[in-house]
Parts: sequence; structure tokens; C-alpha cells
Amino acid sequence: MNAIDLAVPRGAVYGFLGPNGSGKTTTIRMLLGLVRPTGGTHALLGRPIPAAAASVLPRVGALVEGPAFHLYLSGRDNLRRLDAADRTADPATADARVAAALDRVGLAAAARKRYRAYSLGMRQRLAIASALLAPRELLILDEPTNGLDPQGTREVRALVTALAAEGATVLLSTHLLAEVEQVCTHVGVMHRGRLVAQSPLTTLREGAAPLVRVETDRPEDAARVLRDHGLASVAVEAGAATALLGPAAPEKLVVGLVEDGVPVRGFAVLAPSLEETFVALTGEGFDVSG
Amino acid sequence: MSAVDLTLPVPRRRVSTRFFRSELRLIFGRRRNWVGLATLAAVPLVIAIATRVAGGPGGGEGPDFFAYITDNGLFVALAALTVELPLFLPIAVAAIAGDSVAGEANVGTLRYLLAVPVARARLLAVKYAGVVVFAFAVSFLVATVGLVAGLALFGGGAVTLLSGTQVGMAEGLLRLFGVCVYIGVCLCALGAVGLFVSTLTEQPMGAAIAVIMLTLASFVLDQIPQVAWLHPYLLTHHWTDFGELLRDPVSLSALRPGLLSAAAYVLIFLSAAWARFGSRDVTS
Repeated sequence: MNAIDLAVPRGAVYGFLGPNGSGKTTTIRMLLGLVRPTGGTHALLGRPIPAAAASVLPRVGALVEGPAFHLYLSGRDNLRRLDAADRTADPATADARVAAALDRVGLAAAARKRYRAYSLGMRQRLAIASALLAPRELLILDEPTNGLDPQGTREVRALVTALAAEGATVLLSTHLLAEVEQVCTHVGVMHRGRLVAQSPLTTLREGAAPLVRVETDRPEDAARVLRDHGLASVAVEAGAATALLGPAAPEKLVVGLVEDGVPVRGFAVLAPSLEETFVALTGEGFDVSG
Repeated sequence: MSAVDLTLPVPRRRVSTRFFRSELRLIFGRRRNWVGLATLAAVPLVIAIATRVAGGPGGGEGPDFFAYITDNGLFVALAALTVELPLFLPIAVAAIAGDSVAGEANVGTLRYLLAVPVARARLLAVKYAGVVVFAFAVSFLVATVGLVAGLALFGGGAVTLLSGTQVGMAEGLLRLFGVCVYIGVCLCALGAVGLFVSTLTEQPMGAAIAVIMLTLASFVLDQIPQVAWLHPYLLTHHWTDFGELLRDPVSLSALRPGLLSAAAYVLIFLSAAWARFGSRDVTS
């Protein structure tokens, strides 16, 4: 871990993205005071951790590395226990806050069920409910859709989106690009313990270099033409050639291809997918451990 | 993170017993622990019924209370405590103490408690307080069940002490209360060892078994004359001293070594637990 400064604007949903093993969870564990750095200091909401943990953490709701509750207690009793442990919580409003949090995540009907009987999606939602027991400055959600089936994933993503719409500030750690594209407004990318990029999602997309793709049955020839026009990163695949467009004008490329007798079946200028952007940032396939 | 302006007021921290009460509900609300408590309570029932059916005195370690049962039902409680002290009661306390931190770590609830946040010292204090309550609860449970069963089957009356003198039933009850407190204190020392072991691992069963092994090792070493120099320092050496409360007059100086030993164990192992847990990385 090295000099990470996560700037999460108020009201943003910040996608904290990185391959498995890139240090996302370790960063979160440090922010929550669960583990100590081998050297140096760190701060959360501008206050040093763990020194100021007692005053900062009550304002932070967290889901860390999956839900964890007592199997033999009901969802409601599990939340009551966490609330009882919170010295800043008002006991007089405990039952109402627990009920409201369960209701917010759609677990009101299952409140009295034992946690043992909860599906994985319900367990994740209960963990999010535990983060909603008090008003928070920040919600830290670490891989909230991990291990969920498509139905559970939809449930949890809809919940995060709804919370964000209500104005919550969310730090969402994930290795799923689709999640970031659907849910997040800002994004930071971790790679091998470093934060390699951080910006609003729209900026990141605009900054990405467009690609040109030529579909043809003679990709080698097409690649040669693209190279002759000064395009970089020319690649050949079955039935197509691709390259970074750069400053070249696409219409001139088409003319050049036709003049060289390359049979063009298709021609497209593509904004790169988010995935390609991240591969460019991290220099390797996305699901490969860093 | 830098340059963050906070909108929510700085939360006020209040002094409350909520977390402690939650811990007690966790211990005493758990079905597994009910089974354990029922097992502990069954022993005095078995003793009372067996003595009633078979009649005549039996044998036992430590002070022989079985001989007096037919004279006074109160001795069922003392006999049951004597029988359970070497194994049943330590197992019960070791299971709870071993589970205290390791159990939360094993399920993962430990990280959520710490993120609430619960200060680590407070977590240990509440966990140990729960163990202490449990230690006294099992001691009094066995005594109460024994007392009720004994009085029902054999009646009460004057209590013949180990020194041969007789005292009234009221004083007999008071002395039984003293015995329960003394045994509770001894079990609290065991609980402190258990809490420490519980901070070393994420396996609650492993922690409980380790504590039971330590207890048994202490009993075994206490039987080996070649290490007599070690005996006064053993965890269990003074446990059977509770018999001193059944002599006339009660010799408080005879109880002092046991109480001091227990206090020393509590102090040392709570400090060790804090040293271990206070700075530990929680990665479960």
C-alpha cells in the first residue's frame, strides 16, 4: 500500500476498482482501524485512524468483506446487538432505527427470521442495513454483490443506486466493471497497492483514446495501411484490424484502404470500453491478481 | 482523505450497559449453552435421586459430603459442586471464555463490532464481564438445583460442619453461599486464561479445548509430589480450599492464598489478553 488518497466528493458514488489482490480490502480495513499499516499514518474524514476512530467511525457505515452475523440470532436481533455496541446510539430510538434500516433494505418481513435461514442476497442486504442504523457521512461497501446470483446482484445494485439518489456518499469497492458503469459517478483504480487513476467517470471516458476497427478478409493488408497512415497500437485479429485512431481523420483512412484494394466490410470508430481503459491503466487483464 | 467538511454533529458517547446486556443475552440466549447449563444442573439431581434410591454414603474427592446427604439435603449442593469442580464446571467456563473473542472472529462479527466502533479495551472488558457472570451463574446454578432437590428429598435442619460442630440451617445456607462465591472466583481465574487463549486464535473450539487441557494439566501436576514446589502456583491448586468455609470457626487466612492466586491469574491473563488483542490485525 502506498500513498493512497481517495477523494470521495459528498454525494458521490465512488467506484473503488481494482483486480483481486490489488489492495482494496486492505485499504478499507486500514480506514476502519482493523489492521495497522506496517509504516506511516492514515486518516478517514480528515481525522487520523486509529487515534480518532471513536469519533469518526460512528459517522461511517461499513460493509467489510461480506456480511457476518450470528447464525442463531434473527436479523433484527443481530442489528440490535450492533446498535447496542455503539456508544453514540440512542437506546430510546434503537427499535425504531433497527426497524427503519430493515425496512429500507426490504427485510422487514424477514426481521424475525434467523440469520441462518437468510439467502446470500438477504445477508448482504442485512449488512447494508447495519450500515444504515445511524445517519452517516460515508458508506463503505466492500464488494456488496460478491457471490450473489443475478437476482441478488440486481437487488443490491438497486439498493445502492437508491441510497445514492437519496444523497448518501458511498465508497463502493468492487472488481466488477459493469457495477461501476451502472452505479458509480466517480472511480479510482487500485493496482498493486497503488491508486493509479482517480476521476469522475465521465472524464475518464472522455480522456480515453478512440479506436478504429476495420473489418476485412485481408486484415494484414489493412494493418499495413493503418500503419502507413501513422496509427499506433495496430493489432490484427481474425477478420479485422484495429488501431488507436490518434489525430488521423477516419474518412481519409477509408479512402486509403479502398485505394490500396483492401476489401472493407465494415469500418468503425469506437470509444474504448471501460475494460480496455482499465487494462491500459493496470497493464494487464482485469481479473488477474495484481 | 483530505479537506472534508463534516455535516453531522460530533456524536456524543454515552455510558451504557447495553453492550454488556447484549453480551449476556448472547451467552444465556444460546441454545447450545442451555444444553450445557442443563447438563450441569442434572448432576445434583442425579446425586440426590441416586442417594435416595440406593441409600447409604458414597465416595468422593475433597471433603466427603456424600456421607451427610441423608442427614441434610443441603449437602447435595456441596456434593454436586465437589463432583463438578474438577471437570464439568471448568469445561463450561472454558467453552464460554474460549468462544468469547475467537467465536466472534470465527463468524466475522468481530470486524463489524470493531467498525461500529467498539474500542478494543471495551470489547475485552465486556467479554470478560460476560465470562465472570457465567462463572458465578454456573456455580450458583449447581448449588441451587442441589439445594432444592436435596431439601425436597431429604429435608433440612441443623448442618453438621466438617469440624464436627453443628450450626443452624440459616448459617448453613450462608456458608453454602460463601462456597459458591469462592468457586465462582476460582472459575473467573480460569475464565481470564480462557479469554487470553481466545485472543490467540479464530477457532473457538480450539481455544476451549486448550483451556480444558491446561486445567487438566494443572490438576495432574498438582498430584505429582516431585514438583511440590510448583503446586502453590497452579491454577487449580487452591480450588478445593472451599472446604475451609465449612469449618468452625471459618479460617479466612486459609482462603487467602486461593483468592490471591485467582486475583494474580486474572491480572496476568487479562493483561496478556490486552497486550495480544490491543494491537492485533483483525483479518478474519
